[in-house]
Amino acid sequence: MVPLNWYLTVAALLFALGLYGALARRNAIAVLMGIELMLNAANLNLVAFWRYGEQVMALTGQVFAILIIALAAAEAAVGLALIIAVYRDRRTVDVEELDLLQG
Amino acid sequence: MDWLNLLVYPAVRVLVLFFVLLTGFAYLTWYERKLLARFQVRYGPNRAGRFGLLQPLADAIKALFKEEIVPDHVDRPVYLLAPALAIVPALIIWAVIPVAKDFPAVADVPIGILWILAVAGIEGYGVILAGWSSNNNYSLLGALRSSAQMISYELPLGIFLVSILVLAGTFSLVELVEMSRPWWEWLWLWLVFPLFFICILAETNRSPFDLPETENELVAGFQTEYGGMKFALFFMAEYINMITTSAIMATLFFGGWKGPFADQYVWLGPVYLFIKVVALLFLFIWVRASVSRPRWDQLMRFSWQFLLPVSLMHLMGSAVFTVFLK
Amino acid sequence: MPTLPVPTFTQVVFVLIAAFTVISGLGVVVARNLFHSALLLAATFFGVAGLYVMLEAEFLAVTQILIYVGAVATLITFAIMLTRGAMHGETNPLNRQWGKAALFAFLFLVGLLGYLGGIPWPAPFQAIQADEGLIARLGEQLVTRYMVSLEVMGLLLMVALVGAILLARDDKP
Repeated sequence: MVPLNWYLTVAALLFALGLYGALARRNAIAVLMGIELMLNAANLNLVAFWRYGEQVMALTGQVFAILIIALAAAEAAVGLALIIAVYRDRRTVDVEELDLLQG
Repeated sequence: MDWLNLLVYPAVRVLVLFFVLLTGFAYLTWYERKLLARFQVRYGPNRAGRFGLLQPLADAIKALFKEEIVPDHVDRPVYLLAPALAIVPALIIWAVIPVAKDFPAVADVPIGILWILAVAGIEGYGVILAGWSSNNNYSLLGALRSSAQMISYELPLGIFLVSILVLAGTFSLVELVEMSRPWWEWLWLWLVFPLFFICILAETNRSPFDLPETENELVAGFQTEYGGMKFALFFMAEYINMITTSAIMATLFFGGWKGPFADQYVWLGPVYLFIKVVALLFLFIWVRASVSRPRWDQLMRFSWQFLLPVSLMHLMGSAVFTVFLK
Repeated sequence: MPTLPVPTFTQVVFVLIAAFTVISGLGVVVARNLFHSALLLAATFFGVAGLYVMLEAEFLAVTQILIYVGAVATLITFAIMLTRGAMHGETNPLNRQWGKAALFAFLFLVGLLGYLGGIPWPAPFQAIQADEGLIARLGEQLVTRYMVSLEVMGLLLMVALVGAILLARDDKP
């Protein structure tokens, strides 16, 4: 039997990796990938808590996970559309060069 | 014995399945060349063996003995991974297709239809990886076209599958084939079969939707840098995909293994399935021989402005039927 | 002297899948080649799907493959191919604040794991009765108890669809 905190550890590792990716990468698409990693980690947590929780048949964790998957898909679509629009305008997707608001 | 049921029987089934599929692939190339030749008033292969029946063997030997070349400018790990990734989805989809009464190819999982959808979703990776790793502009264009085409046609395909699912009320393909349906349900299904078939054509990159590998504008697109056995693997993936998708269509729309007396004599099941698959393959080749390739924007517009709304309407209709007539 | 616990078969499988997931996740954030990052991201999604199977959420696992591997990762590779002129050659994939980011992520991880270790988690889980029709129940829950969330999600998806088309549209004829 696999204890619950093993799953939580994997999720924590994935979340930390995603956090690092979202903060440290230069390419906007890579930043988006970091965010996707974090969303996956959160989802893994939800499903693990559902499985080890008291009311398995209520399926709350699974419903949450499905809603988050839908949300992540929408986020990826809008995010990539934004990146492509920026690329068309500035010919770059480097987050450090996108500093028009910096004055 | 428990381990016999758990490991040995599935392994034997998988081996038999692979053997049948690989033989099927070899003779599908022969079938296609013969048929295309007939459509174009030629003879087709007729030198190796009687009616050219040994031609696939000769082709296999040729591909095996070609020198394996990996060009210098490619992204090596991805380049080598691509052909393998192309062929795996075509094979693993078969796990859930029932080939006879109460007899799925490998396992009756309760999520059969979703399995098909999920595997269809990863099918494009081989082409995308090949196009990117080849590191030349034509291949990249091929990969771009492939990923856009895949996303666009997966949507109506998925919605048609959901529609079938709503009518059937089960995820299991074994149950789906065995249930008896009223005539109006068959009619409602067959109404969208041509559209489903178009989606399948696009998903398998078959002519007339073979824009990712056009010979005359992209010099074979994603396949340009591949030769020998690696090229043969892509070729194999495309043809096994044709067989697999034909089997899926036969299962979803034409009753799979069902036919006269198939209930009493179990061995008739695979025979009926085989006949249906061959008939559908004929359709694939017929289309290739007679329809010309659309332009890129026409392809996208057709999916988003026609197939998607129609599939949504079909889904709504299926839901209404299920609620009021069942 | 306490003897080391012998890992069960399930535990070995779990460790293998978890290691695959985390190592691909690490690859996503350290790979210099953006395309390799995207492929490793797809591998990570696969690993998470495997963990869902181990948690007996098969429906979710297939959904994960369908949406993440089939759609999100494909979309990302598509965007990379479209914008590939941006990162030509071997430039540094990290931005100026990567040191601070690494420190922050590491501290966050340590805090999280420390917090995890301090809580007594419920150890076993109840078996699910196999023929209860979990998927049917899931659908039922979605249109009864979670009706509003489902409607909001539908609205959000539609807005995202329209927004994405508007943003990515080329205004030039």
